[in-house]
Amino acid sequence: MIVDQTTFRAALLSPEAERPIGLSDGEGQPAGRRFDVYRNNVAVSLTEALETAFPVIRKLVGETNFKLLAGAFLRQHPPSSPLMMFYGAEMPRFLAAFEPTKSLGYLPDVARLELAIRESYHAADAAPIEPTALQTTPPDKLMASTLSLAPALRLVRSPWPVFALWQFNMAGGPKPEANAEDVLVVRTEYDPEPVLLPPGGGAFIETLLSGAALSEAISAASRDAQDFDLSHLLTILIGRNAITAIGESP
Amino acid sequence: MLDASSHPFDRLPNTPGVGYKPQHFSDLLENPGSVGWLEIHAENYMGDGGRPIAQLRHLSERFAMSVHGVGLSIGGEGRLDPDHLARLKNLVGWLKPASFSEHLAWSTHDTEFLNDLLPLPYTDETLTRVADHIDEVQEVVGRRMLLENPSSYLAFDESTYEETDFLREIAKRTGCGLLLDVNNVFVSATNLGTDTISYIDAFPMDLVGEIHLAGHDEDHDDHGRPLLIDSHGREVAEPVWALYDYVIKAAGPRPSLIEWDNDVPDWPILEAEAARAARILETVG
Repeated sequence: MIVDQTTFRAALLSPEAERPIGLSDGEGQPAGRRFDVYRNNVAVSLTEALETAFPVIRKLVGETNFKLLAGAFLRQHPPSSPLMMFYGAEMPRFLAAFEPTKSLGYLPDVARLELAIRESYHAADAAPIEPTALQTTPPDKLMASTLSLAPALRLVRSPWPVFALWQFNMAGGPKPEANAEDVLVVRTEYDPEPVLLPPGGGAFIETLLSGAALSEAISAASRDAQDFDLSHLLTILIGRNAITAIGESP
Repeated sequence: MLDASSHPFDRLPNTPGVGYKPQHFSDLLENPGSVGWLEIHAENYMGDGGRPIAQLRHLSERFAMSVHGVGLSIGGEGRLDPDHLARLKNLVGWLKPASFSEHLAWSTHDTEFLNDLLPLPYTDETLTRVADHIDEVQEVVGRRMLLENPSSYLAFDESTYEETDFLREIAKRTGCGLLLDVNNVFVSATNLGTDTISYIDAFPMDLVGEIHLAGHDEDHDDHGRPLLIDSHGREVAEPVWALYDYVIKAAGPRPSLIEWDNDVPDWPILEAEAARAARILETVG
């Protein structure tokens, strides 16, 4: 009896499926639960990869529920690449549709923040501009310029208090209150750091990321928040090595 | 085969090495003890930058490095993933490791990566397929690789080759070397009721460029027979040390790796395992 890899794989991810015929214990008996070693290795190793990726989701739903959730996720979304550091990208969509979690509207955005932190950790290094470069550029020219942001920078905009939820679970922060929050993930050197953006900050960064000029980013931020504070935002970016170039507007 | 270059780490030394874990970064630089080289899992260093890559650059100035792939699926029925081959070529290209190895196993089916080293039968058909894949890997990556013997929990009725003959024939066709995992030999022999010494005596030792040692867990099958699991989560077992001693006395000293990937211990415990391997290596110095 020939056991091809399609047969092997089909039995691997379905615990209720029959084990393939044609596998033995080496001494003539059917392999039986020896096959389950592989079933177990696959399920456990992928569950562990998800636990590493989503520590806050795990705390929010509890360890037992997370294992159930991971078991459903890995069967619906097995990895499409050998890079476990990027496994789980479909988690926000999955959480929004998964029956036991779909009423928890904030979970997908918390998962997006966790993915953003992990992406930031593995993103390319890039040298920041000189801290004085913004002051030494003539104001008119600066307003018409684009600002390139570091490859390790990520923006997560949410109608939920995602930063507070992250901080409460990972850094002993205060109990979250029901606010919309925009979070910037920045990596000053090697450790990604989520930073809660002040009013207008989300619109500002989003506009810069689109490649628009600084003046347009300021307009977008001011439309969003009348008290938008440009120098505060630039201090956040410069202080965390997040601006990598001042460019000419297209 | 590659000529020796001027790079100081163009081959692994015949000393103990350890599988690198980031929590041991400072310990390794300050107090490496008997550890002369490091092995990394290739897939953990395929990001674009950040701390993993920075640490690797730093360590590679001090230690000879071995790149050990766990995701290429050389035994897979489908073609090798060209994107993954390109990532491997890139890593090996900039790191210039002293050694590059992969497994006699499959892990990818269609586009799905199953994150385990899955077994294959030993037949003429699988031999041709594995040899073709190794030819392709060595061609793309631009260097000779070592192929590792698997740990087996079951056997395929369709197999027509002994594992040692299968590995020898692959090496003959492709020019690849072999990585002898002594714990895998012990695990497979226990699980399949075969003899470890006969396996070692039949293994083409002249092709062995590296040895692996690791801990295993004990379970039982449906009939109460021992079923050992290659878990990499504890000390190397006593009978595996005895088998390693036999291998080293038969084959002479080889670069010997302690693999400890789960429940990773504090540095002194891992270093003590390496020191034990060093004492065995010194008996044949």
